[in-house]
Amino acid sequence: MNQSKWFQSVVQYGGLLLVLLLLVIVFSVSSNNFFQVSTLVTIANQIPDLTFLAVGMTLVLIVRGIDLSVGSLLALSSAVLGVLMVNQGWSIGSALVAAMLVAGLCGTINGLISVGLGIPSFIVTLGMLEIARGATKVVTDSQSVYIGSKVEWFGQPLGSVPFSPAFVVAVLAVIMGQFILTKTVFGRYCVAIGTNVEAVRMSGIRSAPYAIAVFGISGLMCGLAGLAQTSRLSTVDPNGAIGIELAAIAACVIGGTSLMGGRGSVVSSFIGVLIIQVLQTGLAQVGVSDANKQIITGTVIVVAVLLDALRIRWGKPT
Amino acid sequence: MSQTPLLQTIKLTKHYGDVTVLRNVSLDVRAGEIHALLGANGAGKSTLCKIISGLISPSDGTMQLAGANYAPQTKQQAEASGVEIVQQELNLIGTLSVAENLLLTRLPNRGGLLRSRLLHDQARRILDRFGLSQVATGAPVESLGVGHQQMVEIATALARQCRVLILDEPTAALSGTESEQLFGHLRGLREQGVGIIYISHRLDEVAAISDRITVLRDGQYVTTRKTASLRADDMVDLISGDAPQSQAARYQSHRTDEMALQVRSLTCGKVRDVSLQVHRGQRLGITGLVGSGRTECLRAIFGADVATSGEVMLRARPLGVRFSSPSQAVAAGLAMVTEDRRQNGLLLSQSIAVNTTLGSLWKRFSRWGLLQGAHERSVSSDMVDDLGIQCQTTQQSVATLSGGNQQKVAIAKWLVRDADVFLFDEPTRGIDVAARRRIYRLLESLSAQGKACVIVSSDLQELFENCDSIAVMCDGRLVETFERKNWSQEKIMRASFSGYIQAGDTMTGDTVIGDKMMGESV
Repeated sequence: MNQSKWFQSVVQYGGLLLVLLLLVIVFSVSSNNFFQVSTLVTIANQIPDLTFLAVGMTLVLIVRGIDLSVGSLLALSSAVLGVLMVNQGWSIGSALVAAMLVAGLCGTINGLISVGLGIPSFIVTLGMLEIARGATKVVTDSQSVYIGSKVEWFGQPLGSVPFSPAFVVAVLAVIMGQFILTKTVFGRYCVAIGTNVEAVRMSGIRSAPYAIAVFGISGLMCGLAGLAQTSRLSTVDPNGAIGIELAAIAACVIGGTSLMGGRGSVVSSFIGVLIIQVLQTGLAQVGVSDANKQIITGTVIVVAVLLDALRIRWGKPT
Repeated sequence: MSQTPLLQTIKLTKHYGDVTVLRNVSLDVRAGEIHALLGANGAGKSTLCKIISGLISPSDGTMQLAGANYAPQTKQQAEASGVEIVQQELNLIGTLSVAENLLLTRLPNRGGLLRSRLLHDQARRILDRFGLSQVATGAPVESLGVGHQQMVEIATALARQCRVLILDEPTAALSGTESEQLFGHLRGLREQGVGIIYISHRLDEVAAISDRITVLRDGQYVTTRKTASLRADDMVDLISGDAPQSQAARYQSHRTDEMALQVRSLTCGKVRDVSLQVHRGQRLGITGLVGSGRTECLRAIFGADVATSGEVMLRARPLGVRFSSPSQAVAAGLAMVTEDRRQNGLLLSQSIAVNTTLGSLWKRFSRWGLLQGAHERSVSSDMVDDLGIQCQTTQQSVATLSGGNQQKVAIAKWLVRDADVFLFDEPTRGIDVAARRRIYRLLESLSAQGKACVIVSSDLQELFENCDSIAVMCDGRLVETFERKNWSQEKIMRASFSGYIQAGDTMTGDTVIGDKMMGESV
């Protein structure tokens, strides 16, 4: 039983890990500086914000939604965090709670409108993207807010361990997310809702509360991502994290999460995040221009999805 | 009227897997006649018409059109040969205008640019010809009522030059006057020598408009008669045939005196004022023609559609309620196995285990919201054994199973959930004989446990074998309920058609239909 489970995991994650390994090998060969602890530390400390977003996004995609507002909600919670800490003198803990509440509330509003009123989440969260970005500028008066050492510790490697607290919390979020998805009734319902919401309804299950909660969770993850980014930059940037929602979606999709709902894995999305970040860091070290970096990243996304689609097509019996 | 057949089908046969839906059907349609096709649900009328119009290919047999071989592979080929079909479902594009729909395959254009004026002029002429002068050519089709949509659909087919025209239940959504207009056009086409195949459950219409009728039963050709030689009663007899009731002797009833489900004056859209009651251990069948509101009735009871009036009483809700969602109904002890398992019964891409336990996760398979995987696996593999679901493991996706095994999974979900009253909508549609037998045994064991079962089915034989009583629906109403001791295929057929033969009258076909024909020939 245990062995076959191991085998299943290898099959499930094998392809993705292989891609990741290939990238590491390619960059290690083409750049002398890549295969080093310092690179690992760099990557580990770059990814927490994207990882948090990808955890929430995976759940949203699984219930057949999409959340375009995560970048703006990240910025908004960062702004709330910074303003409360700097202007109001709050501690990092209480400021984080407030930031997560704000982002979680915005996410829940996304859910209430899209699920409750049956409006496509694409549109609702697109609206929230604008609203939250505007709110960020209102809160910060469109100025960057420097916080400094009170948050920096969260994003910096602990003395002996090369990983930052942010990275550790992000990995915990991945583990939690995967646990919720595979081991709880809530997660099972999410998969069911994304697969066939009408069948769920006809099975006597009220699906709306679960789907709405998923958008709320995505918001909470934005709050954590806000802290991670702020701690890395020491500063609140009201124009930060623009477009990061697309990177989060890309990470999920590379990880095999279906945009049609009902299929996905938080762990796979995390590997997707790693692939994106290894690619970014590696290409930068090799000295590829920004323009070419974009072209290559885009190609990798499409190829990854293509491979996944083929895997599914071949996997099907009829 | 020419006597040489315009269209001839010779021994057409159609199998789907092991199931034969059409067997050796030979039919001839003459130029300049309206030929009605009659039969109960599943008799093969629609299949036959789909073959003629190129929508599906026959497994065996040939066709001739005006003496030449005719074997259309697609609808386009059939249309090129002059065979048009108007199907029951609307095939219009709701967001496009009436004019665009009418001329969709031949939009007037110059180098790809639409010639709007010409388009609307042509469409206007077609609409005026069909008495639809009040319909604007620029209106989006979805803004029209269903009746007008149906007329536009028919006009689209009639506007093309055709030699054979097939109409499948064209008047289902039409008002009386609209139907009359349609009949006028059909007579006009008949004068022009078009051969028309006309399918309708409305025997009065058939009597009024057709020249000959052909009856199909269980996929087989029964007879072809001159319409004038038949009364409505005769038609019903031909459609129903003799009723073999071989299984009746072996039937064992488990009906008790205790009430399980009572429905009082339930009204919901098409379903009007339906009252019924089912005792514990009773198996109640519901039948009726396609479109009589059987599925809608079950959905209204189950809260899948919200009833506008009436109430449902169960043991758990003795005071009577109208459920506004299936979750309320399930909580009160109802279960419903849906007709379309792929659309709303199963999570196709998920595993057998996931599907089996879906309805009972909180109740049976979790503690503090955490799934109990081992318990889930053992219960679902018990279900696989009990119902004989053929699969490799319970982790296999349901999409990989055959139809019969899929249906067993859909039923297993409710067996695991448990309920007082089970609603089954077409529980054996499209599944093989072995699985069917297994489901029949299951119905029996449910009723032996004191569960009440309501079984909607188009297959009368199935209901004869498995029910204590059979209720018949017609046109949204529950018209009559028959008990085992007094039912017969003929009585049930008669009840099924009762709303479609002149309202209020008994079936003295001669006078009613005779009058109508007289009226029209004037």
